[in-house]
Amino acid sequence: MSSKLLKLNIILLAALFALIGLSLIAGKVWIPLDAWQSSDPRWLIIAELRLPRTVLAIIIGAALGLSGAAMQGYLRNPLADPGLFGISSSAALGAVLSLYFGFAVSAYMLPAFALAGAGLAMAVLALMAGRSGSLILFTLAGMILSSVTGSMTALAISLAPTPFAASEIMTWLLGALTDRSWDDVKLALPLTAVGIGILATTARSLDALTLGEQAAQSMGVDRRRVQWSIVSGVGLCVGAAVATSGVIGFVGLMVPHMVRPLAGNRPSAILLPSALAGALLLLAADSFVRAIPTVSELRLGIAMSILGGPFFFMLLFKMRRTLP
Amino acid sequence: MTLGFTTQDLSLKLGANTVLDAVSVVFTPGRVTVVLGPNGAGKSTLLACLAGLRDADSGHVLLDGTALSSLPRRDRAKRIGFLPQSPDVHWNVDVRTLVSLGRFPHRGRWSETPHDIAAVANAMTATDVTSLADRSVESLSGGERGRVLLARVLAGEPQWLLADEPLASLDPAHQIDVLDRLRDVAAAGAGVIVVLHDLNQAARVADDIVMLRDGRVIAAGPVADVLTADRIAQTYGVDVHIGQSPDGGTFVIPTGRIAT
Repeated sequence: MSSKLLKLNIILLAALFALIGLSLIAGKVWIPLDAWQSSDPRWLIIAELRLPRTVLAIIIGAALGLSGAAMQGYLRNPLADPGLFGISSSAALGAVLSLYFGFAVSAYMLPAFALAGAGLAMAVLALMAGRSGSLILFTLAGMILSSVTGSMTALAISLAPTPFAASEIMTWLLGALTDRSWDDVKLALPLTAVGIGILATTARSLDALTLGEQAAQSMGVDRRRVQWSIVSGVGLCVGAAVATSGVIGFVGLMVPHMVRPLAGNRPSAILLPSALAGALLLLAADSFVRAIPTVSELRLGIAMSILGGPFFFMLLFKMRRTLP
Repeated sequence: MTLGFTTQDLSLKLGANTVLDAVSVVFTPGRVTVVLGPNGAGKSTLLACLAGLRDADSGHVLLDGTALSSLPRRDRAKRIGFLPQSPDVHWNVDVRTLVSLGRFPHRGRWSETPHDIAAVANAMTATDVTSLADRSVESLSGGERGRVLLARVLAGEPQWLLADEPLASLDPAHQIDVLDRLRDVAAAGAGVIVVLHDLNQAARVADDIVMLRDGRVIAAGPVADVLTADRIAQTYGVDVHIGQSPDGGTFVIPTGRIAT
């Protein structure tokens, strides 16, 4: 790791720690540092409400940021995001079905359905792309999957048995970290840890893919292995994210673009900074929606797009000047 | 054990098309072998089979007597450097980063050894791109880019250098530069196998020539034996005038199409 890159990662990590402190203090109820002891009743708010939520935001943000960076590197396309393979929309469909049929009354059913959806999507991708390792076949299969499951989700909403069920589905789809507990952390942490570990092993192959598939293959890259590492890694990360917090867009697409001007364009160089920046961004957005005085909390998925949109425009505006 | 790169009865079909038809050739280390043939003759496919990117339907590729398919991926990549036709560079990285990718099969997961760094520096000196080291790839001209991509392959210090039309889109000066580098590589003992379209450049750089047509070997051997008007007529379906230039080189001018 070059010294410039190391510095960037340290700065991101330091910023993340600072924000963790801030996010534990901030909220509808401000909890100053002198209340940070177990004898103070306000400590319960921190330990049981804010801490799991903060940890979950970091896990999901890092998983989505890294997935985005890995997907863009793998597809060699700056427009790719973790939703492209249809895994996140399949996981969402799974969750929606559990809401539709009213299974979600039991706390574990919704995540279980979402994960089943993600797993099914990965199996369908395996079946469709076969042993070829072809990028085009694979991406097209993912896009078809994405559109089919998206339509089925829409169908479930339009056929919802009660207006209440429809609104519950809609609200869930927008993504949020409200009222998450340590149970959600326990679910998300192992899955994303494995996913992140798998994605990290692809770093050097992603660099080699800079030269195109043929050259990478001639340099010893096993393209089927890379493909499966990407799909299973992204699948685990995205599946866990959707299962615990609904659909939160934009992080995976945007974070790599925020990181590239600082870390350079080398695909492996942006992986760790993207994970850190993803965690930072999601935690910042979640602290923001929690702290602003609205009657019902602003959904995190909406806040991400509203905050992220203008920022992204600004970035494009700057990029425009460097383009020929 | 036979030294060198050989194919034995290599055949490959794509759908109903026969791309390679019982191709048996011997490539010798320390020599430049140019693969010639009309469009669709199977030149690039042959090169892809030699690089281990494609498996033939039948036949063998042997590297120093060992079946290429039985070599571990990484060993193969260390020994064979492959420069694809008009290679893409998908991310706008700097030149040194790009050339360093050539060390991919040699490097450990984390650190570069002094030898890695030296190999990259040597490759950049050999292709005269040292001064471009900190430039981004997108800021390079076509000629600079061609040299940088060649440097990437050379950085891997391959025993065999395979290049698919490395002269495409280069001006004459840069074409000569690249051909001279290929000659240097062969002079240093490595085998060079290169697909070319230009018969004059082939005559200039080659020790040996393999002529392909419709996936079959029409002729193979030293330039003087193979690059004859008869063979060229048979391979390309054109009449040519072959002459000697004052510096002792051979030139080939196509004069007309042979009616078929």
